[in-house]
Amino acid sequence: MVIAEIKPFEEIKNLLKKYKKILVAGCGSCVTVCLSGGKKQVELLASALRTARKIESDDVVVGEMVIPRQCEPKFVDMIKDEAGKYEVILSMGCGAGVQEIAERIENIPVLPALNTTFIGMADEQGQYLEVCAACGDCILSMTGGICPVTRCAKSLINGPCGGSQGGLCEVSKDNPCVWQLIYDRLVKLNMLYLLKGISQPKTRSVHPRRMVREDLKLKKESTKGV
Amino acid sequence: MGFREALDSGKFLVTAEVGPVKGTETDVLLEDAELLKGKVDAVNVTDLQSSVMRLGSMAVCHLLKDHGIDPILQMTCRDRNRLALQSDLLSAWVLGIRNVLALTGDHPTLGDHPDAMSVFDLDSVSLLKVIGRLNEGFDMAGNQLKGAPDFFPGAVVNPGADNEAALEMQIIKMEKKIEAGAKFFQTQGIFDLDLFEKFMKRVEGFNTPVLGGIILLKSAGMARFMNKNVAGVFVPDPLIKEMEETKDKVKTSVKIAAELIKGMKSLCQGVHIMAIGWEKRVPMVLDEAGL
Ligand code: SF4
Ligand code: SF4
Repeated sequence: MVIAEIKPFEEIKNLLKKYKKILVAGCGSCVTVCLSGGKKQVELLASALRTARKIESDDVVVGEMVIPRQCEPKFVDMIKDEAGKYEVILSMGCGAGVQEIAERIENIPVLPALNTTFIGMADEQGQYLEVCAACGDCILSMTGGICPVTRCAKSLINGPCGGSQGGLCEVSKDNPCVWQLIYDRLVKLNMLYLLKGISQPKTRSVHPRRMVREDLKLKKESTKGV
Repeated sequence: MGFREALDSGKFLVTAEVGPVKGTETDVLLEDAELLKGKVDAVNVTDLQSSVMRLGSMAVCHLLKDHGIDPILQMTCRDRNRLALQSDLLSAWVLGIRNVLALTGDHPTLGDHPDAMSVFDLDSVSLLKVIGRLNEGFDMAGNQLKGAPDFFPGAVVNPGADNEAALEMQIIKMEKKIEAGAKFFQTQGIFDLDLFEKFMKRVEGFNTPVLGGIILLKSAGMARFMNKNVAGVFVPDPLIKEMEETKDKVKTSVKIAAELIKGMKSLCQGVHIMAIGWEKRVPMVLDEAGL
């Protein structure tokens, strides 16, 4: 899932300084799961904003809602009318959610309440780990389902750098050397032979990337034969 | 006789290593080099060792060449993308540099510019393949070169990797490096000849010369520091004790290094001496080891 964390409250408060009618919009997908932009976090942030403004005797209307998926045009279109009552939308979605809103709702500014950090998973309760860099050329079939592109500090794809100590990464002792994890898993799978082939350097992509699915594109109406 | 010819001759090889300073001061380095001249087959020049910004390897290799020493250009993948690596290789060749050691490189966070962008566009294995391709007259993209180099490429291996998985992967990667064109290996510093012998038995069949790494111990403290912080280096307690109790650290250090070298003569094809500041003592070590 996409992992994000809530910006410091002071920063959010400053972003909203000049607005009196604020819609806090959460997202029901990834950021709900990683507990940074779901219903609960929307409630907490909205009420913190109300309290902060009250202390400053500054009138404010703070609305709350959770969009099932902020990155989905049809869900964003569904909130257009409600959003029209506000001066600003504070999105608690990931960077894609914020931008989908900006794309669909033209006349109201949208501000991010979260810092989107990475594609990850929970490796412990309350702890998330980056596991996929969306490199566009997945090699997990070669590495026992564990990604060295993302989880090796040097993105090495031909085996470890030789700097690991006690199975930990030379760059940060908080992380295991991912090649140790890959090795251990391939031993269990009896598939160590996978490590022997030389992996080719990755093609580096130019941003922004685009994925086109011809089969899903709306067909231009054919004018042939008219 | 250059390094390549020395290797082909089958003699027991000796290489040493110098690290450029932070700045433009080269007098000491060249003084050290002068002492090594004629006593070693080649001298490695490190590439921003430990990710600390300093004078570059290519320029110092060129100076060594001018002083009659065959240099080994250490080249890491940390700071340059594939364009810069290939271009620097061509530049090195026209400056007279013939040997290249392909390394991954330390991460920038370990050095004195921890916020630097890390590149790692290629890794040591793919860099070796690129060197091979340039030697054949083509760049990585398949374009033909006007004038091709003829580098003698080498690589590193860490026989002291501290667990079975790490060691197995070192050996698997060593094979990949050979497949990618490595013609010789230099190892991390070795202090335990029994372990090294086991390693050499494992890689015997690879038929690629290995130069065992020798680090000059300066003190017991340095040994303990390396045991704790340097991957693959393990100084056994008796050696630490010897360094601790000696009245003459230089003499004991030289003796330890010389004994390790003597022990290696029957195990591998040469030694690579990392003096880390004690370059002036390398000739003493060689004398004592009978080289
Ligand atoms: S190789 Fe790693 S970064 Fe690339 S797509 Fe697969 S998991 Fe993601
Ligand atoms: S120790 Fe392992 S994870 Fe860390 S940089 Fe080296 S190979 Fe990558």
